[in-house]
Amino acid sequence: MKRQAYSIPYLTWMTIFAVLPLFLVLFYAFTTKQGSFTLDNLIRFFDPLYLNVLVRSINLALVSTLICLILGYPMAYIISKANIKARNTLILFFIIPMWMNFLLRTYAWMTILERNGIINKFLSLFGIKPLSLLYTNGAVILGMVYNFLPFMVLPIYTVLIKIDKSLIEASYDLGANKLTTFIKVVFPLSLPGVISGITMVFMPSVTTFAISRLLGGGQFTLIGNLIERQFINVGDWNFGSAISIVMMAIILISIAIMNKFDKDKEGVNLW
Amino acid sequence: MVSRVLKRVYAALIYIFLYAPILILIIFSFNESKSRGSFTGFTLKWYKQLFSDRQIMQAMYYTLTVAFIASLVSTILGTLAAIGIHNMKKTTKKISLNITYLPVLNPDIVTAISLMVLFIALKLKLGLLTMIIAHITFCLPYVVLSVLPKLKQLNPNIYEAALDLGATPSYALRKVIIPEIMPGIISGALLAFTLSVDDFVISFFTTGNGVSNLSITIYSMARRGIKPEINALSTILFLIVLVLLILINKTTNNETKEMR
Repeated sequence: MKRQAYSIPYLTWMTIFAVLPLFLVLFYAFTTKQGSFTLDNLIRFFDPLYLNVLVRSINLALVSTLICLILGYPMAYIISKANIKARNTLILFFIIPMWMNFLLRTYAWMTILERNGIINKFLSLFGIKPLSLLYTNGAVILGMVYNFLPFMVLPIYTVLIKIDKSLIEASYDLGANKLTTFIKVVFPLSLPGVISGITMVFMPSVTTFAISRLLGGGQFTLIGNLIERQFINVGDWNFGSAISIVMMAIILISIAIMNKFDKDKEGVNLW
Repeated sequence: MVSRVLKRVYAALIYIFLYAPILILIIFSFNESKSRGSFTGFTLKWYKQLFSDRQIMQAMYYTLTVAFIASLVSTILGTLAAIGIHNMKKTTKKISLNITYLPVLNPDIVTAISLMVLFIALKLKLGLLTMIIAHITFCLPYVVLSVLPKLKQLNPNIYEAALDLGATPSYALRKVIIPEIMPGIISGALLAFTLSVDDFVISFFTTGNGVSNLSITIYSMARRGIKPEINALSTILFLIVLVLLILINKTTNNETKEMR
């Protein structure tokens, strides 16, 4: 059985192009331009100027994730309650926009929100002066929610349709009303889906730089834009690498926390 | 009764939220005037201009070339890798799986800049080649992860039966294992292709020399201001996606019906 050897080309490829590059970034993060060891790049990131960018990115991502959860959970629930044929069609129509290039979808919002855009044209019919909707916090959050809402709905929906109907019937038989059944039975059972939905929305929201650039304008900096600028415009790879390492740490730690949370819950569900 | 109406209204509002922006792009792709505020008359000129726009056509060509090569290479390497990993012992399997999860979990932008740093360190000129290498790298884990579950479902006895009946290991692999795991390979290949077509962040950092795919072109156009040609492009892409997905959905529905 030497079939293990089939994975050698893959493992070689991944070592060179996935593992090695991360060590390079790590190396840059901890060295000066001349190549000697330093912690200055990391320390520099804790300057309030940059720390604010991190806080703002996390804030916006949290708000977007929360909105996606509030909008997405009822939607997943409604779809999961439809009959099989309607269910498949409804989910299909949820997936279709996801298959369009996300930059085109973001661009679509630019045309709606801009100064001569639809909303402002509509408002001017009532004599309301054009609002500046584009290039604001709200526009960035809107872009994130629009792009990532399906990532919240799909995992919750998948978990909801797998819930054993007899558990819900049992709850009714034991005298619980609809609301109690939802709070005590359906919602706890759907938590794994909620958790993976939260992870799948939060991660891309924290790290995006295109959405904030297009809908937030040039002056609007998120951590993704900060990294982009260090590598593309400023050319300070050492600092850029340090920011990337911090961001990677945040993401991997939050995934680990989410996974642990998920497992605990699953342990409970397995009795 | 009230709650049913409420549910319908809610679902309708969410779908309007999802489709309104796309619909507006489609409507304004036929608009005479360049401004999006008002509809001044029907025209197809943006479609004509789109197809004579060298920048967009070139981007289309690069997008498809990269997606085709990246999905082909990653499907072959990834399928072999999955077979290898499936047969590994515990520790080596764990390490290989962790390496596989690394690019999936890592933020795109970190994968992107790390690859860019590597290419520059290796003195590779950023361009088509580096973009293809980068795309293969982020597509590979998805192929491995779609083939592995199929291998787990595979009955190990049929491979041994093939050997008992006189097949050589490579013949048994080609005639028994590969056909059995084909659905996983196909979904891996499709996933790789669509990920590659849709990618922006990784391409943005790993390309250079005037080579840009559709996402990069849209990004730079949108930053400079809104161009009606992009509306025409969106309309065409949306129609392609719509038709493809409805067709795929129809065939899979028919298949499940036949299976019953």
